Amino acid sequence: MLAAAKMIHSLFLVNASGDIFLEKHWKSVVSRSVCDYFFEALERATEPENVPPVIPTPHHFLINVLRHRIYFVAVIQSEVPPLFVIEFLHRVVDTFQDYFGVCSEAAIKDNVVVVYELLEEMLDNGFPLATESNILKELIKPPTILRTVVNTITGSTNVGEQLPTGQLSVVPWRRTGVKYTNNEAYFDVVEEIDAIIDKSGSTITAEIQGVIDACVKLTGMPDLTLSFMNPRLLDDVSFHPCVRFKRWEAERILSFIPPDGNFRLLSYHVSSQNLVAIPVYVKHNISFREGSSQGRFELTLGPKQTMGKAVESVLVSSQLPRGVLNANLSPSQGTYTFDPVTKLLSWDVGKINPQKLPSLKGSVSLQTGASKPDENPTINIQFKIQQLAISGLKVNRLDMYGEKYKPFKGIKYMTKAGKFQVRT
Amino acid sequence: MTDSKYFTTTKKGEIFELKAELNSDKKEKKKEAVKKVIASMTVGKDVSALFPDVVNCMQTDNLELKKLVYLYLMNYAKSQPDMAIMAVNTFVKDCEDPNPLIRALAVRTMGCIRVDKITEYLCEPLRKCLKDEDPYVRKTAAVCVAKLHDINAQLVEDQGFLDTLKDLISDSNPMVVANAVAALSEIAESHPNSNLLDLNPQTINKLLTALNECTEWGQIFILDCLANYMPRDDRESQSICERVTPRLSHANSAVVLSAVKVLMKFMEMLPKDLDYYGTLLKKLAPPLVTLLSAEPELQYVALRNINLIVQKRPEILKHEMKVFFVKYNDPIYVKLEKLDIMIRLASQANIAQVLAELKEYATEVDVDFVRKAVRAIGRCAIKVEQSAERCVSTLLDLIQTKVNYVVQEAIVVIKDIFRKYPNKYESVIATLCENLDSLDEPEARAAMIWIVGEYAERIDNADELLESFLEGFHDESTQVQLQLLTAIVKLFLKKPTETQELVQQVLSLATQDSDNPDLRDRGYIYWRLLSTDPVAAKEVVLAEKPLISEETDLIEPTLLEELICHIGTLASVYHKPPSAFVEGSRGVQHKRIPARAGSGESAESSDVGQSGPSEAPPAVIPSQGDLLGDLLNLDLAPPTATVPSVQPSMQMGAMDLLGGGLDSLLGGDIGGSPSMGAGLGVAPAAMPTALGIAPAVGGVGMPTGSYVAPKTVWLPAMKAKGLEISGTFARRGGIIQMDLTLTNKAMSVMTDFAIQFNRNSFGLAPAGPLQVLTPLSPNQTIDVSLPLSTSGPVMKMEPLNNLQVAVKNNIDVFYFSCQYPLSLIFVEDGKMERQVFLATWKDIPNDNEAQFQIKDIHLNSDAASNKLQGSNIFTIAKRTVEGQDMLYQSVKLTNGIWVLAEMRIQTGNPNYTLSIKCRAPEVCQFVFLCYELVLKN
Repeated sequence: MLAAAKMIHSLFLVNASGDIFLEKHWKSVVSRSVCDYFFEALERATEPENVPPVIPTPHHFLINVLRHRIYFVAVIQSEVPPLFVIEFLHRVVDTFQDYFGVCSEAAIKDNVVVVYELLEEMLDNGFPLATESNILKELIKPPTILRTVVNTITGSTNVGEQLPTGQLSVVPWRRTGVKYTNNEAYFDVVEEIDAIIDKSGSTITAEIQGVIDACVKLTGMPDLTLSFMNPRLLDDVSFHPCVRFKRWEAERILSFIPPDGNFRLLSYHVSSQNLVAIPVYVKHNISFREGSSQGRFELTLGPKQTMGKAVESVLVSSQLPRGVLNANLSPSQGTYTFDPVTKLLSWDVGKINPQKLPSLKGSVSLQTGASKPDENPTINIQFKIQQLAISGLKVNRLDMYGEKYKPFKGIKYMTKAGKFQVRT
Repeated sequence: MTDSKYFTTTKKGEIFELKAELNSDKKEKKKEAVKKVIASMTVGKDVSALFPDVVNCMQTDNLELKKLVYLYLMNYAKSQPDMAIMAVNTFVKDCEDPNPLIRALAVRTMGCIRVDKITEYLCEPLRKCLKDEDPYVRKTAAVCVAKLHDINAQLVEDQGFLDTLKDLISDSNPMVVANAVAALSEIAESHPNSNLLDLNPQTINKLLTALNECTEWGQIFILDCLANYMPRDDRESQSICERVTPRLSHANSAVVLSAVKVLMKFMEMLPKDLDYYGTLLKKLAPPLVTLLSAEPELQYVALRNINLIVQKRPEILKHEMKVFFVKYNDPIYVKLEKLDIMIRLASQANIAQVLAELKEYATEVDVDFVRKAVRAIGRCAIKVEQSAERCVSTLLDLIQTKVNYVVQEAIVVIKDIFRKYPNKYESVIATLCENLDSLDEPEARAAMIWIVGEYAERIDNADELLESFLEGFHDESTQVQLQLLTAIVKLFLKKPTETQELVQQVLSLATQDSDNPDLRDRGYIYWRLLSTDPVAAKEVVLAEKPLISEETDLIEPTLLEELICHIGTLASVYHKPPSAFVEGSRGVQHKRIPARAGSGESAESSDVGQSGPSEAPPAVIPSQGDLLGDLLNLDLAPPTATVPSVQPSMQMGAMDLLGGGLDSLLGGDIGGSPSMGAGLGVAPAAMPTALGIAPAVGGVGMPTGSYVAPKTVWLPAMKAKGLEISGTFARRGGIIQMDLTLTNKAMSVMTDFAIQFNRNSFGLAPAGPLQVLTPLSPNQTIDVSLPLSTSGPVMKMEPLNNLQVAVKNNIDVFYFSCQYPLSLIFVEDGKMERQVFLATWKDIPNDNEAQFQIKDIHLNSDAASNKLQGSNIFTIAKRTVEGQDMLYQSVKLTNGIWVLAEMRIQTGNPNYTLSIKCRAPEVCQFVFLCYELVLKN
């Protein structure tokens, strides 16, 4: 009889060189040879990130995600929603990062027993058990140098003896008995612009992916409300489970009992219909002539709709055609590098000064005898704008109920480039 | 100090050393040793030899040590069942511990130890834990029932755990409810008929309440469970939708997609003119778009599902084209999916934008992606007629780039464009011919050859071009060889004078020098056709071809409906029904969208399309390998070959055209493989005679359920060396019978009777031998009843109800054909649900509706309806409008096809109007004949 194994059967962690360095089985042991199918797919993929997320094998399905150069390969045996598995794997990655500071092979190997305890606690019979970092931390204490020392002296353990308070309450994301001497609540509004700009500089698509990340350290059971100057911008939102949806629907106010510590309160999406402002422009001239081994290369950047704020940390990168041998360019500011093997050009610009626009000019040489390249390189731009949410989203006020003390409050805004691409 | 220290090995055996440490008196040392064991286990080392030593550490009040030992136990208990018993006592004790964490841990671990002997001891503690005062223990115990069921299903049933689990659905704690639902769903999967999750409005209400309060994972379980519920009416449907909609704003994408599944399914029940319906449609778009800004793996799953959603309800995302534009650093699997959806959303309104994007993609670096982009341009041309010209010119631009693989792809899609818009863009042929030499891929070569053959009369040097391919004939792939053969035959039929030599050459290459049976067969067929009847050859080979349609790459509707019910699952990622690939899916039930279950049973099996020839979608290109299609030289695959159901029956049928079908049925060669057909290997001159059977013999018997037509003579004595056969058909209580009268009009005794049918439209076949036990003396007559089954081989006949029969006796084999009334295959359970009827009626395109007049009937509507019922034509509803009775009726055929009818009877008017709708419109005519027959007798 075949086991009707619902949910996740096993997990394998595979490093960049293709070695399995950890395996965990929630049901019977699945031989690691099942990963051979994954390795085949890995071999076929031109780039590490091109491995298909779902790989069928004769008896199992392998669902994998690539994070921090580690493949998390989940083995499932029957019909399981793939998103369920992927979301769970993300949660595993987040938990590792939360516990060990980084999610790396070394960190995982260094903490292998904690990793094992965590995995056991996160999934029971393939059903997710405790995935909230608040709850996990009550069950299994994160390793710290101090605790290790204390444990060795006193003989106490990493494992909590008490049932985590949040596990079954109506607010499973928050533990009780939280105490701080400094009560503070900080919110970061971070917006990323994804855009495709065509050759002539007009916008093909542009959208904003925004998030509000919170760092809340408040004593007791605070009940917060957050209101916006222009809530109508938010028509496509995903909330943390703590947000009271009905109140949002009715009044467009975020009302919630926050988790303790860092969490993502909401993410939102402002789509192209709403006219997304494009903060930078690029003038480019990359041309090759038939029969010549030299090509011309000119890039100039300038600010566009920045609402008077400075565009900083600008980084331009572009994958030049395969036929390019080398680049001989001079930047008006910053530094550039060109990797002749990967053909990746990157230019660290820094801040854009509207009075003196940064430019990168010079020539690129083709391999001798190479014909004029067919493909046009795409230019990828990264930048940051402090103190600005490009969508115009503004927090109106933040209020706290349920507790008597006065907390420190703060809101920060930032705009970044997401996948910001200029075609040439 | 980190855990990596546990990996250091000593020179002396590692196991030996660990053993010593595990048995140490010092607590701390023990714990460290267990940690080392666990560390070894994580990297896949076998430390099972330490089993007794580790288990000895179990009895401890140190929770961490206990957990570690449990971890170890779960891994190795199976390999050491006898040892594992040692642990039982501690488990039982821990289940009574005052700390709920320990109680839960114990019950959870016990369930993971897959050892029969232990499971027996588990029952009592589990029973207690299921009723524990602490919800944390209850929710853990709920999952444990599922684990136990997996190990020993009978035990779980005997102990009554399933009922306890059902009770937990009403638990006060939402997490307990969610886990109970999850456990029940898992158990139900291996118990398809158990009614475990008996959903009724009360339980649904409880689930919806729990939905708001449980964790994200619990929400997924509950939503997936809700998706299996059939609301009673549209109001309930709407209220569930309203309560599920807030889940669309959840941060967890799996919750969002499960909610989308519930909504997509239930909105089917809502009236389209309802305001709420429109609101819901609008609400679905943003969360789907948001999924596309997530990590690429999530995007991929989302895109596969969106692909289904846009096929089902294109209106949801019709304004969101831009979010599917490809970013150059998307992973390739995301790029390809986006491209596919772009084409599905392409319309006249956005085609300019789409084409500009596609042209951009065609200059990218990734070859696979570039190819798909070029193909996409072709698909746009076929989908959006107004854009065809622009697409063609874009393709020509791309051909000018001379990039080899771009040129080849472009030629393949231009061939498809010709198939869609014949005689419109032939001016580009000259440009295509210039690139002839650069084509090295079989598909491109085949496409080019097809074009040359198809337009041979306009290409001056067509013969030279084709001849140039002929030189390396045997090195070509089959695809190219077949195409070349057909193209040269076309050329010959168009320009017979100059090309006789060429056609002879290719025919001999195909028939004499090739080992490929397909190629040989086709060669023989052409040869025979050309040599016997060139006019017929022209009609066949140069026949007007059905237009290619964009529908070819759509998922077949019944499959699509099933997949919509499986949104978010692996099935939706692979676009295959769950039964097709999931191992151990004993319990996979075919899920249906409510209210649209109209296609009834035919849709319930995943192999729709094999059930009968009439399932073939009209005007869609036959799938590759279909010989009939090949004859019409339609064998090039459609743009993306996704016509899901290959039709083996059609292929078989085509073989029969070659004859031998009947011969092989009766002759001594019955043992031979039927698919080989008899005449396949022989030279054209030896064409067997089966084609010559005259279907004209015999009358048309038209009996009904109660009324059976008189027998008519099917085989006159003079044609059968003295044997006369007359007969009729009857359906009695669900059993189909062929009533025969055999008369011996010859001078000698007849013995050794046997009967066989040729393949026919509905798979009729004798269910037993022909019972003529005594020899038939001269002038003797005998009546025989032959029971028939409908499980025989299927082949579409012309007319549909034609049946070719062979009867053998000691003298010879005789062939005749007769026609049965279609009511013979109307099944007794053909009464459709009212609601299903309504939805199905709407769902079947109006093109499939056929209208008939039944004249001179003097019955009132009730009498008519009673009479029809006798022949399994069921009246579902009756409506009277202005003195006109409207009867709504349904009929189900043995192969699962439903026929829906509306009969209008005007008082005082002897002429009835009958409208028939069926997904397989070719049966309508025959159904009408049955109506007429039944009502007139």
